[in-house]
Amino acid sequence: MTIYAFATQLLTQLLELVIALALAPLLSGWVAVCRARLQKRCPPPPLLPYHTLLKLFRKDVLLAHNASSLFRVAPYIIFSCMALASAIVPTLSTELLFAPAADAIALVGLFALARVFIALAGMDVGTAFGSLGARREMLIGFLAEPALLMVFFTASIISGSTSLATIVGTLAHHEFVIYPSLAFAGVAFTMVSLAENGRVPVDNPSTHLELTMIHEAMILEYSGRHLALIEWAASLKLFAYSCLGIALFFPFGVAESTGPGALAVAGVFLVGKLAFGGFVLALIETLNAKMRVFRTPEFLGTAFLLAVLAILVHLLLEGGR
Amino acid sequence: MTTPPTNRQRFLDQPIDFAPLPAQAFPVWHAELAAGDDAALLDFCRAARTAGRWLVTLWTSVDGGSHRPAAAPLLPDPADAANTATPQSAALHVALDLAEGLVWLMLPLPALSGATFPDLAPIFPSAARLQRAAFDLTGVGPASGDSRPWLRHANWPADWFPLAPDTLAAPAPRFATHTEDYAFVRVEGEGVHEIPVGPIHAGVIEPGHFRFSVVGELVLRLEERLGWKHRGIAQRFARLSLAGTGATAAAKLAGRIAGDSTVAWAWAFCQAAEAIAAQVAPGGFAVPPRALLLRALLLERERVAAHLADLGALGNDAAFGFGLMEFLRLRENWLRTQADIFGHRLLMDGVVPGGVARDLTADDAARLRAECATLAGELLKLHAIYDDHAGLQDRLLTTGRVTPALAAQLGLIGLPGRASLQARDLRCRGDHAPWPALAPQMVVHPNGDVAARVLQRFAEIDESLRLIGRILDQLASTEGDCRALWPEHLPTAASGFGWVEGWRGDVFVALATGADGHIRRCHTHDPSWHNWPVLEHAVIGNIVADFPLINKSFNLSYAGVDS
Repeated sequence: MTIYAFATQLLTQLLELVIALALAPLLSGWVAVCRARLQKRCPPPPLLPYHTLLKLFRKDVLLAHNASSLFRVAPYIIFSCMALASAIVPTLSTELLFAPAADAIALVGLFALARVFIALAGMDVGTAFGSLGARREMLIGFLAEPALLMVFFTASIISGSTSLATIVGTLAHHEFVIYPSLAFAGVAFTMVSLAENGRVPVDNPSTHLELTMIHEAMILEYSGRHLALIEWAASLKLFAYSCLGIALFFPFGVAESTGPGALAVAGVFLVGKLAFGGFVLALIETLNAKMRVFRTPEFLGTAFLLAVLAILVHLLLEGGR
Repeated sequence: MTTPPTNRQRFLDQPIDFAPLPAQAFPVWHAELAAGDDAALLDFCRAARTAGRWLVTLWTSVDGGSHRPAAAPLLPDPADAANTATPQSAALHVALDLAEGLVWLMLPLPALSGATFPDLAPIFPSAARLQRAAFDLTGVGPASGDSRPWLRHANWPADWFPLAPDTLAAPAPRFATHTEDYAFVRVEGEGVHEIPVGPIHAGVIEPGHFRFSVVGELVLRLEERLGWKHRGIAQRFARLSLAGTGATAAAKLAGRIAGDSTVAWAWAFCQAAEAIAAQVAPGGFAVPPRALLLRALLLERERVAAHLADLGALGNDAAFGFGLMEFLRLRENWLRTQADIFGHRLLMDGVVPGGVARDLTADDAARLRAECATLAGELLKLHAIYDDHAGLQDRLLTTGRVTPALAAQLGLIGLPGRASLQARDLRCRGDHAPWPALAPQMVVHPNGDVAARVLQRFAEIDESLRLIGRILDQLASTEGDCRALWPEHLPTAASGFGWVEGWRGDVFVALATGADGHIRRCHTHDPSWHNWPVLEHAVIGNIVADFPLINKSFNLSYAGVDS
């Protein structure tokens, strides 16, 4: 690798990170706008999440008396995990510095690491809600992770690698090949994304009913910059998942070079696809009611089965190519 | 034993002679038991329970001492007070709902200090909290049973009673706030833990504390702790008078016991006050028929507004935001019409002593009629959406079930009662004007789950819209004033009762006046007193996350109970 290639890959990598950090709150705001429109409400300004973050960063942190250092450290770990995750998903280009390390399994591991810390932080202060939320989060996590892995394996078998860059590169070149297996995997991935991001029908991000909360219950005790980091991380997670969905199932338009022109085109494609994805998410959230907590295993079990079906379909119909 | 006078009557084969109370808005039968005759009271209550009748409410009163007449200065001279002090007397009052009307039993209690009355909770389970509240307010409590405070939250001393004559005679003191140590019932066992919720919640909702004992997500037991909205309304009433403009001020206060039932409360209070006013000149004071119809119109509109809000909120609690927005829109239009025509969005102060504050013009009547037709059409569509939404129905069906048998055992009343086959509705009794002429139809549902309470609301809105049509028909042919002139003189030491079927259930007011119409005791009873304990049973066996939905499907009043 030449110095020039190294420098451009580093720059592209940094660009991806900056775009993720900058655009993630906008995506959350956009989903809120779509939701409001679909419910015939007056929408909040799409930039509201930025104002919220700014407000929270300016506020003092109020800590519970019995909060340990884990409680204080967790927001930084969670935020780092999510920032890294959104950086290694090849959204703009497959020519990234971290591409060799950007493994699908590593990505699932990153999400799991963040989950463990948010659950521990939820239990740290010892309130009933923190533990309640942590318990539910782990229930969802241990069912969602295998399903997510199976989705990645389907794509990996197709492309012969677990490296995200390779997967995206391979799929992006097969515009005219139809993979029925990816249809199954796509549905499974959507279901997992809804559960992982705490959206309807699994969790309700806008609820004020503490007894029904999952994600919100764990972060009830957070305030100030800690809360800002966690909120930002949640936006980043949604962003990362959306980008993953785009990368795996609609990879067309991803740049395979690091030229400014190619990157600009890829950026336009990305924004368009994200806007569409956000609208679809809002549509799903408007059409569905939240399911009972104990229906979640059935829901995620279905996602897992669909992901397994995807692999089987690939092996049977697509000849394991 | 002497033969009772001809107008006296006995009920349920019990040896108690009841006399009809004059000038009430509905039949009221009164009997004063001999002091210390606990057995007669308990026997009568048991007979009523066996006959399937229910307790309306119970309260205690303490009179005498240095209780200040309404006109006396706020700060009486202590020496003066001691001179004018009369011996204190206490009594237990029990109101029962019999087929013949309301029965008001009074049991004089021997002495004030340490006075107790027989525990009625073994007969009527919901009496337990009424008795605890009675003790907190007057210092007269049950002889046995649960003795934990209910309304008192360590914010006032245990030996200070808001409704005691000495308290009412003195200016309101300020007490330091203490941390409360309240003994919740503990559930022991492997893996059992407690989840305390409230009184401050994550959202802006009314304060109530819920103590869940759970295993994982499964609720083993729920215990409620209410009283955070206690505003001392009974104490405030005891400083008001029915004379002159005082009656309007008192009705205004009654309309603020629970804002979402303001018409029901104001009407019930006015019924009681008007019953007292009518006693000074029988036949000389009567509420005009047109006013009664207008009150019924306001009450049905309040019912529709409340049910619309609940239907939306029930959708929202299942994260079905579309439902919330649609029903909020319908309710908002409904409330704006009310602001235009009746002068207040929630119809506050629409019902006033003697009648109603505003008459209805023919144009406005036509507007109301058109609005009902529009609403009925929109509801049809929304009802279909709720019914056909598989995800929503999955949340509602079988959740928070109260079987008809359990409902009968615990005395579930009002809307949730009717959704569990408890067919009780004051409007459908033949003796509450103006309802018989309007022929309301009662809706009941046998399932008793959240879904049944949703259907109950849809059905009751339909019936209310039909009733509004009938009321408007009758208004067109009923001429006359909409408000009677309030009498200048009021009887001394009279009693009046108010009993109105609000949207939650029957709202009850017992009013007793002293000299010059000053209020001696005003007991206000919200239907939620009976239903809160049933909610504790409705949650058992459900999962924690379904509690908000179950709670919302009952939508019980905090303010009305705590008052």
